[in-house]
Amino acid sequence: MILYLMCFALFLVGVYGLLTKRDLIKLILSIAVMGYAVNLFLILFAYKKDAGIPILLEGVVQGSMVDPLPQALVLTSIVIELGTTALLVALAIRLVQKYKTFDITKIRRLFG
Amino acid sequence: MPVETWLYFTLGFMILGSIIALEIKDILSSIVAIGVVGLGVSVAFLFLQAPDLAIVQFLFEIFAMIILVRAFVKKDYHAETPARVNGFLVAISMLVIIAIFVSSISVFKLLPPFGQPLFETAQHYVDHGVRETGAVNLVTAIILDYRAYDTLGEVTVLFTAILGTITILRIRNGKNAGRKGA
Repeated sequence: MILYLMCFALFLVGVYGLLTKRDLIKLILSIAVMGYAVNLFLILFAYKKDAGIPILLEGVVQGSMVDPLPQALVLTSIVIELGTTALLVALAIRLVQKYKTFDITKIRRLFG
Repeated sequence: MPVETWLYFTLGFMILGSIIALEIKDILSSIVAIGVVGLGVSVAFLFLQAPDLAIVQFLFEIFAMIILVRAFVKKDYHAETPARVNGFLVAISMLVIIAIFVSSISVFKLLPPFGQPLFETAQHYVDHGVRETGAVNLVTAIILDYRAYDTLGEVTVLFTAILGTITILRIRNGKNAGRKGA
């Protein structure tokens, strides 16, 4: 249970950064931290004690394996995270080019 | 040593690294600290018997760091502006987050203990995966055979995100029409 709590604490660190930081880059990094925490939590939850990797190897007696389904879905999620990070970075680049600042409290003019 | 001990160490390291990344003023150091956190995730995946994920996370981290450093550090390297810290906001956020954490402890007590997973749906994949798909790596079997439509959706989302990135970066301001895009 302590592992789950530590993973949740990592998520909350991301939430804290998202709530209190003003720098655009810090916000992107906070979102990345939250993504790490969620992926790690799913894999922690799927771990089975004394189980092996979900790959059948030749010459190795098949024991119990960890659950392959969450691993497959988290693999999908990691790749999507890369795409969203790239999109966020692109948006931040345009914002900085337009407003000449990284501080989100100074980015006020929405139109024009 | 049992795997839990390693995971305590790795997770503590990651929490520390992410706090440093958020609090340090220098942006390059911040990005590097996030890279360290991501590599910690990769190591944790290795301990949790997920080698495919460890490799993908490693690659993701490298790419993300390349994107972040290329986008922000070279052009106008900056330290975080020492804006007046809104102490009230920070205090309220800390209080709310600590309250959420404390109240979540009872929720996490309801989960089964670490090492005894709840999911049983994947037992079919483990038992019949090789015979039905011919792939010895069951993660691959699930991604590319049982849940191929999920993968198709993933590729669509990724394609859309990359398309959006390219589109956003290609828009030019009217004034700077002649300038080369970012």
